[in-house]
Amino acid sequence: MAKKTGIKIKAADVSVHYGDKQALHNVSLDIEAKTVTAFIGPSGCGKSTFLRCFNRMNDVIPSAKVSGSIQLDGAEINDAALDPVLLRAKVGMVFQKPNPFPKTIFENVAYGPRIHGLVTSRREEQDVVEDSLKKAGLWGEVSDRLHDQATALSGGQQQRLCIARAIAVNPEVLLMDEPCSALDPIATTIIEELISELQKKFTILIVTHSMQQAARVSQKTAYFHLGELVEHGTTVDIFSNPKNDQTEAYISGKIG
Amino acid sequence: MSNVVQKLGAKKRAAIIEASLKKRHAKERRLRAYGVAAIIFAIGFLVTLLSTVIGNGYTALQQTQVKIDLEIPIAKLLNDEGQFDEKRLRRYGWGSSIKKSFRTNFPDVTDRMAQRALGELVSANAGFELRQLVEAAGPEATLPTSFWVKTSDDVDMLMKGRMDRNLPEQQRRLSDQQIAWVDALVADGKIRKVFNTTFFTAADSREPESAGILGAVVGSALALMVTVILSLPLAVMAAIYLEYFAKPGKVTDFIEVNINNLAAVPSIVFGLLGLSVFLGFFGLPRSAPLVGGMVLALMTLPTIIIATRASIRAVPTSIRDAALGIGASRMQAALDHVLPLAAPGILTGTIIGLAQALGETAPLIMIGMVAFIVDVPTSVTSPATALPVQIFIWADSAERAFYERSSLAIVVLLLFLIAMNLTAVMLRRKFEKKW
Repeated sequence: MAKKTGIKIKAADVSVHYGDKQALHNVSLDIEAKTVTAFIGPSGCGKSTFLRCFNRMNDVIPSAKVSGSIQLDGAEINDAALDPVLLRAKVGMVFQKPNPFPKTIFENVAYGPRIHGLVTSRREEQDVVEDSLKKAGLWGEVSDRLHDQATALSGGQQQRLCIARAIAVNPEVLLMDEPCSALDPIATTIIEELISELQKKFTILIVTHSMQQAARVSQKTAYFHLGELVEHGTTVDIFSNPKNDQTEAYISGKIG
Repeated sequence: MSNVVQKLGAKKRAAIIEASLKKRHAKERRLRAYGVAAIIFAIGFLVTLLSTVIGNGYTALQQTQVKIDLEIPIAKLLNDEGQFDEKRLRRYGWGSSIKKSFRTNFPDVTDRMAQRALGELVSANAGFELRQLVEAAGPEATLPTSFWVKTSDDVDMLMKGRMDRNLPEQQRRLSDQQIAWVDALVADGKIRKVFNTTFFTAADSREPESAGILGAVVGSALALMVTVILSLPLAVMAAIYLEYFAKPGKVTDFIEVNINNLAAVPSIVFGLLGLSVFLGFFGLPRSAPLVGGMVLALMTLPTIIIATRASIRAVPTSIRDAALGIGASRMQAALDHVLPLAAPGILTGTIIGLAQALGETAPLIMIGMVAFIVDVPTSVTSPATALPVQIFIWADSAERAFYERSSLAIVVLLLFLIAMNLTAVMLRRKFEKKW
């Protein structure tokens, strides 16, 4: 495991094209280990696109073309020889809309470890499911109905289940794409507390539309505008003393 | 600044909207009327179809029989061990003894021509069926002294009112004399109508009274079985490949266009293909449900591929992303998550494709399933015919009795189709998941 202050991910000169349209322009950014880094910026600024570069989810979109280099612990992830399956086992993802599989709660969490062959017996599977649900702060609510349909849970519970599902394979990095945008304030608070807790074990990248959320959960913030990385630094600096006019305008609510 | 809309006074604005509202409502009413008219039109056709078919066919559910007093000398048919002897069974004149007994009803008829005309009233297969009855009863059974045997199809038609007595004699299948005999038998209580079990337990026959649809139903079932086994896995795999693995480009576009074209190819062309490739090149057996099923599978493939692709696309991409996000391979995402959710749609598409295949006649004619088959097929390679082909054969026959049988066979075919479509609806309801 990297040290708390170590650089976990080095992104250099990353550009993304969707067909003829360039969505991301030469972004370079270092991500620290076991830190929460927030990506903020107005809609369509490329922050989600950038996030999807870290586990190569852009591969799924036929028209998307990614260039530049992203190194995870010194290893290039855009290497064509690297199997994205291997990468995604290291870099988990939580999506904007809670998307549990329409199966049981247990099956949702057990699926990842099972397909990667990380568990070999039913006993181990149960251990992993229990532990992951506890880490996601959901165990208390679902321990007596693990075999109910996951889709019957509330939105906030579903999102925590998705987090449990992502951490069940014990990734090193966790990507969160606006994880609270579909949730009510109470569920949001619970997830934010969870993120602070998870930070002890995982390097977390979070895309958010909410400035307050970025301020509450992150230590580092990167501000994007029109596909460019405008400014980045510690969250405290960005919010209290933005160097760039655009950043200031966005943070103070003048644009966005 | 004010634009055109803002410049209007409140009153004028309201008047304009009101006027346009009237137009809009009138348009809506017109559209509704067209819709209702179209539905009434369609239902009218359906009712006409059903009433015609059922009206023509329901009489085939009954069969006319005539009573024959006959003592069968069972001892003469047994060998020394007390079992039926094949040779003696064959030598016993079943048909002639029935006719002889039947003639005793009219002792005055001595002329040979007249005796022959009298014999025509009994089914030509009556002797054969009587032998089967005796054999089934066993050598120890005490046989009754009178039997009900089938009349010929002409008497059957007369009894069902499907022969016009007022027609000139030479335009009728039965002469005045024959009709008089039948009337005498009716008066004697020697004619009855019973439920026509033969129709549901026999295969085709030259004699309408001995013909049934079981052979065709079994032939259709065997062919459809082959169709499902071949087309469902192939189509689903093709659809998954096209949706998940094929790189968009000219080749994929070409395949896509061709699949859609294939769905529109006339079925007889598939029959020709089956004739030249399966029969001509691979030398597979003629008239076999195996080949019929293969041809129908070719025809059903595009339907299932299109349905499967549509249902795969209907599964939200968030489910696929979720699977990929935790490191499932494309195949795992497809098989573990997308396919189960797409299954109801795939099933529905398959059943509708099969229902279409069940009603298909032309390609089966090309590969020889139009043959006259008197045995119920026992395997996918034994000669067989199919339900719609059987209807075609009967509808093409001269005998009036086959006409009512073809109508009843249509009713049976429609019942199968309704059952399949209902199954499709029920399966979809049952497996559809909501999230």
